[in-house]
Amino acid sequence: MKNTRYLTTVLFALLALAAAGLGGAAFGQVPEDAAAAVAETAPSEAVEQQGIADESAAATVDSTENSQSGEDAEAASDEAEDQDASAEEEEEEIFTDADFTDVSAVPASPDILRYGVDLEGGLPYFLDSWDGSGRLIGFEQEIIEEICRRLRRKPVPVQIGWDKLIPGLERGLYDMACEGQEITPEHEEVVAFTVPYYVTGLQLCTHERNRDIQRLADVAGRRVGVLKASFSYDLLAEMGNVRIATYETEVNGFDDLINGRLDAVLFDQPVALYYGKPREAEGIRFIDEEIGAVKYGFVVDTRQPELLEQINAILMDMRESGQLRAILERWGLWNPQTAKEFGDPDIQPRTEPEMLNAWVEHSRPISGLRARIDRYISFLPMMGRGALLTMEVSILAMVLAIALGFVLATIRVYAPWPLAMLSVLYIEIIRGTPVLIQLYFIFYGLPAIGIKLSPLVAGVVGLGLNYAAYEAENYRAGFASVPHTQMEAALSLGMTRWQAIRHVIAPQAFRIVLPPVTNDFISLLKDSSLVSVITLVELTKTYGLLATKYYDYFGTGIMVAVIYLLLGLPFVRLARYTERKLAVHLPSTPNLRR
Amino acid sequence: MTVQQPQPLIEVSHLWKSYDGHPVLKDISFSIEEGDLVSIIGASGCGKTTLLRCLNGMEILDKGRVTIAGVTLERKNPEDRPGRAFHQKAHKLRTEVGMVFQSLNLFPHMTVCQNIMLAPMIVRKVSRDEAESTALKLLEKVGLLKHRDRYPYHLSGGQQQRAAIARALAMNPKVMLYDEPTSSLDPALVEEVLEVMRELDREGMTQIVVTHEMRFARNASDYIIFMERGEIVEISDEDEIFLDPKDERTRKFLGQFVGRDF
Repeated sequence: MKNTRYLTTVLFALLALAAAGLGGAAFGQVPEDAAAAVAETAPSEAVEQQGIADESAAATVDSTENSQSGEDAEAASDEAEDQDASAEEEEEEIFTDADFTDVSAVPASPDILRYGVDLEGGLPYFLDSWDGSGRLIGFEQEIIEEICRRLRRKPVPVQIGWDKLIPGLERGLYDMACEGQEITPEHEEVVAFTVPYYVTGLQLCTHERNRDIQRLADVAGRRVGVLKASFSYDLLAEMGNVRIATYETEVNGFDDLINGRLDAVLFDQPVALYYGKPREAEGIRFIDEEIGAVKYGFVVDTRQPELLEQINAILMDMRESGQLRAILERWGLWNPQTAKEFGDPDIQPRTEPEMLNAWVEHSRPISGLRARIDRYISFLPMMGRGALLTMEVSILAMVLAIALGFVLATIRVYAPWPLAMLSVLYIEIIRGTPVLIQLYFIFYGLPAIGIKLSPLVAGVVGLGLNYAAYEAENYRAGFASVPHTQMEAALSLGMTRWQAIRHVIAPQAFRIVLPPVTNDFISLLKDSSLVSVITLVELTKTYGLLATKYYDYFGTGIMVAVIYLLLGLPFVRLARYTERKLAVHLPSTPNLRR
Repeated sequence: MTVQQPQPLIEVSHLWKSYDGHPVLKDISFSIEEGDLVSIIGASGCGKTTLLRCLNGMEILDKGRVTIAGVTLERKNPEDRPGRAFHQKAHKLRTEVGMVFQSLNLFPHMTVCQNIMLAPMIVRKVSRDEAESTALKLLEKVGLLKHRDRYPYHLSGGQQQRAAIARALAMNPKVMLYDEPTSSLDPALVEEVLEVMRELDREGMTQIVVTHEMRFARNASDYIIFMERGEIVEISDEDEIFLDPKDERTRKFLGQFVGRDF
């Protein structure tokens, strides 16, 4: 009975959450109002609701807020101690990509500097070190680490899709957006840039088979790959007669160039160097032409003007002291454009580009099965973390979907018509719109009306609310499969309707719906990859990261597919087992045994 | 102690019920004393089952009053929607009235014993041990003790109906209602169910049986209610109605059974 009460409380809490979400969406209420409203009517439910509201509030404390709650202050002071300790030892902090697990739930704090990056195609700006340590490296990473050292703030990277970097900043997920943000007049109108820390040009690359392409003007009428929403795109679009193909990541561009789907690619120099140089053996040819000059600046949260000034001062000092030049040279990025910007007359690099060389050496296509297997084994920890997040999101979302779906189906089948219509409305709206749009709406849309959810909560809520609609229909089928005389018998014994549903109808329906619910869970396991659009690095995103880094969509893809399969199998077995257990009262039907 | 008033346990007065404007029960009134076994007979569609279902609030009467063991369900105006209070009364009534249906509807996912224990545990909040000991006693009474851990699917129809009687008895009802309890049974299994009902009658249980078993109606009933087209045609002593029906319609109905031995 205790379990029953607990279950009911949880169901109510979930319902209250859903109601708060829906109510908020419809009437522009903020969750606090909803919680307060619940508090007036039913104290026990309000506790649950309040808990949820607190959690989401803690995850998204506004970045301009200086005052902190007690808990935040405590956590922050812990971090500050860590920071002090490492600062005294004059050691650089080491960040592993484990830091990425839902770091964006970290609230703003004067002790940390949160910066948005996209590791997919992040080379050479940000990437997991190829030495296998899982450290975050990259030329921008080195600049950020230096800035943080001087600010005495701990750098906290936040993974997000590249085209979501600015929306994420506006949403307050981090304090600054990095990774080759181009300073253009259009951009400057809407965001606040730091002073430039690098000036890049564009690099045209073609393939050996296209001997006729010797300069940019030669690509007229040809098919050229660029990154979407980039300066390259604008430049080619202005030329007018070029067939432009846009890409999410550079690797795909180079792959298509090698496969013959493209005649050339036009990328920012750093990207072209790091993705193209290792593949010169496959026919990639670099065109030596100075094309354009694009200044890179970090984009700082407009609500933190003092932070912008601090960073500007540090960057200027790093430019003058030669520190910035040293970093750029290490990464092989020192170029005439940057020298001009820094007022440095010395165009030629003074030192070897050791990071570029190391990278080219490292990423040469490996030969031999043994080496290949070793590499795949080295993927395992990262894939394990991705798989764990995939499971976490899937299981939590499924729990929500099953609970809410049960409530929806019960209302639809057994409640009076106005309530039942609401349930039908919910099911039809949710089922009739794409889950991707629902996720975007919950994560990027709801903050507009004051509801800010952490990526994990948003992902779980988004997928959970979506699948609840499908689960509700499964349950409805289950309810319908139980003869109505069962309900009559239960009522005639003095049970209430709810008791009859709970003890008589639902247990019988459960066995019926188990196969379709299992089906949906497997489907959810795969749909959980959609949460990568709201900054979570789960298994599919991990695949993207690893495949782009090693140009290996084939082997890595098989590996990820096998992991998905292995993740789902135990649940399939468990469902079969349960189904058999629940069928003991039935005649032995051979087809249930399989 | 107050002075014992001779008050009927069940009292039905001016009960009306219709479906979609088509009257099913017309101005039904009767009363039943504690300990009586009453059979309701009549052709299919005459309203017997509906009457029974009105008695425990499974069907909502349009107009009239039903009082069972001090709980009264009353509706004066069919236009008024029955409110929360009415439904609560109906629920209260169901905890006092046991019912056995024509369809075999034990809960298939529970053993016989669990079937009997469920309602006392969740409705009456009886402890598991107490519910179990009650269930075992009842199973012994209906002769199913050795089948207590079997699932309904594995029982014969007669055994299932006996278990259903035990399940209803576990709620300690003041009245038992039976809606054609033997209609869906193999003729060979009918007697074992009827025997349980006779046994209950001997123990003083008040029972109302809608039945087509004329022999049982005649032998076991204290009196018989004959219905036709939603009306009570005749209420008589069990022998009287068979030997000397007062009403022409009763005679006609019973005439169908002429030549058969009851």
